[in-house]
Amino acid sequence: MSADPGLAVRALSVTFGRNHLLRGIDFDVAEGETLVLFGPSGVGKTVLLRAIAGLEPAARGEVRVAGRDVSMRGPEARGIGMAFQNFALYPHMSARDNIASPLRARGVSRAEIERRVGAVADLLRIGHVLGHAPKELSNGQKQRTALARALVGEPRVLLLDDPLRNVDAKLRYEMRLEFPRLLRTAGAATLYVTQDYREAMALGDRVAILLDGRIAQTAPPETVYEHPDSVAVARLFGDPPINLLPCRPTESTGGVQVAAAGLRLTLPAAQHAIGRDCLLGLRPEAIAVHAAALPGAAPAQLNATTPLHERLVVLLRAGGEEVVASVLGEVPVPGSAVWISADPAQATLFDAGSGARIAAPAPVREAA
Amino acid sequence: MARIDGTSAFLARGLRTLALAVIVLFFLFPILWIVLMSFQTNEQILRIPPSLLFDPTIVNYRALISGKLVTAAGQLDLPFMRNLGNSVLLSSVSVLLSLVLGVPAAYAFARFRFRLGENIAFTLLSFRFAPPLLVLLPLSLYFQDLGLANTYTGLVWVYQLICLPLILWIVRGYFEDASPDIEYAYRVDGHSWWRAFTRIAIPLAGPGIAAAGLLAFIFAWNNFVFALILASADKQPVTVGALAFVTASGIQYGQIAAAIVLSILPTLALALYAQRWLVEGLSLGAVKG
Repeated sequence: MSADPGLAVRALSVTFGRNHLLRGIDFDVAEGETLVLFGPSGVGKTVLLRAIAGLEPAARGEVRVAGRDVSMRGPEARGIGMAFQNFALYPHMSARDNIASPLRARGVSRAEIERRVGAVADLLRIGHVLGHAPKELSNGQKQRTALARALVGEPRVLLLDDPLRNVDAKLRYEMRLEFPRLLRTAGAATLYVTQDYREAMALGDRVAILLDGRIAQTAPPETVYEHPDSVAVARLFGDPPINLLPCRPTESTGGVQVAAAGLRLTLPAAQHAIGRDCLLGLRPEAIAVHAAALPGAAPAQLNATTPLHERLVVLLRAGGEEVVASVLGEVPVPGSAVWISADPAQATLFDAGSGARIAAPAPVREAA
Repeated sequence: MARIDGTSAFLARGLRTLALAVIVLFFLFPILWIVLMSFQTNEQILRIPPSLLFDPTIVNYRALISGKLVTAAGQLDLPFMRNLGNSVLLSSVSVLLSLVLGVPAAYAFARFRFRLGENIAFTLLSFRFAPPLLVLLPLSLYFQDLGLANTYTGLVWVYQLICLPLILWIVRGYFEDASPDIEYAYRVDGHSWWRAFTRIAIPLAGPGIAAAGLLAFIFAWNNFVFALILASADKQPVTVGALAFVTASGIQYGQIAAAIVLSILPTLALALYAQRWLVEGLSLGAVKG
């Protein structure tokens, strides 16, 4: 067997008139792997999915499914399963007929259709509503029906367009827990579109960040979070957003020294950052808030707090900069004077001009 | 308190019923009067003062159906049933042809952007702005040359000016309202575009197609001037055939009324039949809005 990836996309471009929406997209998704496609709304995530499915006439480039070039084929001949953001169920058919549609298209026998629809319905726990019309289903059931329809044909490639966008918060959490098992069962090369970075963290084996028509970074979610390749990626990926503090590194033993928001950190960054305008990227969790002065901590004013999940988001003012911290446990009341410190190991330095990350021991990166 | 609320609710309901009754009476009274007239002789109709009480007679219907009109001036042949048959034939064939041509065209205009697409669609719509009399003279000359004058083919062709733009523009709107994602999903499932068109797009636009077809049928049925100029007696629909009731010995009000009642019936039956599809929702909640 050759080591062909389940899905390979090469030099894929989509141009509408003068709007170059996607410009030369390249990526692979291995069989059984989930690649999360992450980006702000309107960046072309859905268009990219449609281009892969063969639904975008303006698409140029190559799409390979399990090593087979399908670029010139219609959507019906690509061997792809797709779940649409708006579910796109057939309103005049029952849930059973909706799910059976890919099997009917292939002329699978009646008994086999019955068996496979039943199996996938059990997997998604919608066996009891198979006889219902789409309008009689709840949003969660519609979403599961759409997923079942995408999965039933056991496609080599699965395209999921923000499937949790239109379901309520409780179901979103449930499905986020269920998806890894589902996707493992399917064993397809999965491309999962989302705008929610928590979903990307939870579901992605890797994350591809789509920005300005290109893929800005492809890496495991933790890497994207901890070592974003650019300021734009850092800003996009994470909630509450990363702190970006202007600074100008100076020389120091074992790296460079950075002073921002009253903090002084020694980073093992490259020497060429010295003397240039930079941005110090500090995730809110990398900042600790103290009620009393500690050696190395900077004085700050605590302006406001708001709970987010198990953490407390703290809005601070330090050294003339707004700083957001996210802490576990108690903090003093708003208006108090506090001290903050930061973990240099979790800090990232970006070039203020280009927005690119200034890597410490520059890792070898392939040129695109 | 509760009693006052109950009284005012009762009053409001009574007033609403009254208002509806007045409206219904206003719009339906002429039709009721025509139905009553159709069961009276000319003498009964023309007496002063008119009366709601009369001995009903079916002489008008008998004259229409047998095709023999007996007047003071003698017996007259009346091709009314043939006219009615012509109306049914011309209207239904025209609407069917318009549906066959118009529904795929409407789909193309709704789903695809192509060169001059909007111009073509607008040109087709503009056929509805032009007064028919403007095109009738050149049209009748061409039809003489082409041998299409006084043929069903020629009339059905001209009726496309009435039906096609109507169907094209109404159905186009319904196709545009349906999410293309539903068809895309069907394509990705492995069905050809033709099957996606016939199994998904057409059923979803069904209510629109039914409404447009019905409206086109009524417009074709009511057309007068095309058939007046382009057809002679044996090809004429009821709208033109009704002129025969203006006879040398006077206007045959009773027969006219009976003819109107008979010519309303087919459209009425069709409207009642198509109503089922007209009221059905379009998208049925399959797409999250």
